[in-house]
Amino acid sequence: MSTTRKASSGSRKAADAASSEYLLRLYVAGQTPKSVAAFANLKQICETHLKGRYRIEVVDLLQNPALARGDQILALPAVVRQLPPPVKKIIGDFSNAERVLVGLDLRPLKKPRSA
Amino acid sequence: MPTGIAGFDQITAGGLPRGRTTLVCGGAGCGKTLFGIEFLVNGARQYKEPGVFLAFEETADELTENVASLGFELGELIEREMIFVDFVKIDRSEIQEAGDYDLEGLFVRLGHAIDSVNAKRVVLDTLEALFAGFEDEALLRSELRRLFRWLKDRGVTAVITGEQGEGTLTRYGLEEYVSDCVVALDNRVVDQVSTRRMRIVKYRGSAHGANEYPFLIDEDGFSVLPVTSLGLDYDVSTDRVPTGVSALDDMLDGGGYFRGSSILVSGTAGTGKSSLAGLFSDASCRRKERVLYFALEESGAQVCRNMRSIGLDLEGWQKKGLLKIRAARPTVFGLEMHLVTIHKAIEEFEPRAVVIDPISSLITAGNAGEVKSMLVRLFDYLKMKHITCLVSSLTSSTGFEETEIGISSLIDTWFQVRDIEIGGERTRGLYLVKSRGMGHSNQVREFVITSHGVDLVPVAVGPQGVLTGSARVHQELEQRAEAIARHQEIERKQRTLHRKSRVLDNQIEAMRAELAAEEDEHRSLVTELEEREHRIAESRAKLAENRAATRTRAARKA
Repeated sequence: MSTTRKASSGSRKAADAASSEYLLRLYVAGQTPKSVAAFANLKQICETHLKGRYRIEVVDLLQNPALARGDQILALPAVVRQLPPPVKKIIGDFSNAERVLVGLDLRPLKKPRSA
Repeated sequence: MPTGIAGFDQITAGGLPRGRTTLVCGGAGCGKTLFGIEFLVNGARQYKEPGVFLAFEETADELTENVASLGFELGELIEREMIFVDFVKIDRSEIQEAGDYDLEGLFVRLGHAIDSVNAKRVVLDTLEALFAGFEDEALLRSELRRLFRWLKDRGVTAVITGEQGEGTLTRYGLEEYVSDCVVALDNRVVDQVSTRRMRIVKYRGSAHGANEYPFLIDEDGFSVLPVTSLGLDYDVSTDRVPTGVSALDDMLDGGGYFRGSSILVSGTAGTGKSSLAGLFSDASCRRKERVLYFALEESGAQVCRNMRSIGLDLEGWQKKGLLKIRAARPTVFGLEMHLVTIHKAIEEFEPRAVVIDPISSLITAGNAGEVKSMLVRLFDYLKMKHITCLVSSLTSSTGFEETEIGISSLIDTWFQVRDIEIGGERTRGLYLVKSRGMGHSNQVREFVITSHGVDLVPVAVGPQGVLTGSARVHQELEQRAEAIARHQEIERKQRTLHRKSRVLDNQIEAMRAELAAEEDEHRSLVTELEEREHRIAESRAKLAENRAATRTRAARKA
């Protein structure tokens, strides 16, 4: 999978507190089933909750290994929320949508643990 | 693969296993990270092998700063692309786990780091940080196993560090993944004195020393000293080194100590042990042979001042670089550390002679058995290096023949300096308890310390026993007076005899004269008698002629 950009800036809801645009960077290593699943899951979640105001950047570390350093990537797949600040990091294949939403600050925390 | 860490390569017979992973484990602050850094820095500097340092706990800047005090120019090596430092930050609070993942990112980063400098050496410090960063321990373990296999496949020689756990080598059981080499570091505190020790727990396919080796972290970094791995197969020398006191040389068969021998000067307080040590040092320096003086109870300046009082200029030798005084209280660190520092100092200074004054104070840093074992190793080491070693030992006033540490069997030449109290004076007597390999004096000498040095005077032996000091002087005077008196007596007797013999001679002369007179008289008497008999005979003959008849009758009768 090469670095692709998926931009979808549609109608913005001014009322939404988290109305700002989401810039998500997805790190993968090669086109493994896991990375494909991760991309699909992430995209689906974004479509559902952030329709029209998100952008996903995919970074393939096999092609740009040096980029792993910047975002302190260890576990893969990983997504880093570049915008809005603060930077958030979620790892996994995003099969657990609930946790992805918590990680992206899209849903208030139900459990006391985790950020 | 050599680590370049002083001593470590010796005990492992060559260093770490090439292309394998070594686990270095130990408690907090025992030097694991430093071990890793030295492995890389030495590799880069000495063996031109680039390395990668993957730091999980410190950033590259912190790391560079921390090791700068040890003289490792990490920053420069990073610039020259000999070392690649990557800081891996793991903060669980920043990471949300949502589904399956693996640690491919770590592999990618490590692989990239290795490729970017073409690394042969890799250090991971410390992988256990991963356990704090991820929830899924089972996954982590399988990933670790994969990582170690991957490292092996890459052909790099890796060092991973691990924190000591309770009852296990590492808290998370990293040792179960590493089957080739495990090194345990330790920083033990006994009686408030800490000693760093290292042990090779396991080293597959290598005959390694199994002992615990003390090691040192000082301004030059890590040094391990294989002080236990010495044998008794050293050469010996027949060279002699003067003692600094000519009378003492005379006692030792006229030559002095053997080069490379161990000399013990024992005695009670204030008997001049240090003076002998000082004189020996001075004599060595005069021959332009370097001396390393370990002062365990005095500062270097104090030693110099005290020696000046007996006419020795140790400061001058220090300035000329022939003498080095290292003063340290025995309690500043453990015995092993003393041994290690002594070793290190010897390696650096390369002296021909070593003085330790006094070894008895080492007892405060350990028990007698430990001190003895330390000294055995020290003496073995010194003998191997042909370094003459003079040690002093303070003995209690009771056990003269027994040094406190019981090291007499290790000693080649042993002097005993003892107090002799006679006539309200305290003087010093010196004698040789033993001196291996040479005919030596068995006499007690009085040990006289003056501002010009030390002299040995044969003691006077009187009816009251050994006499020293004023008593000796007095005794000597008395003896001299007695001798004169005896001499005079003899002369007087001789004169009397002479006179007597003259008188007798005269008497003999007189008697001889008398005898001669008597003989004369006798002779004249005899002549007179003979003459008379002659005359009688003549007259008889005449008478017979006159009476012829008588004669014929007589013939007939016959």
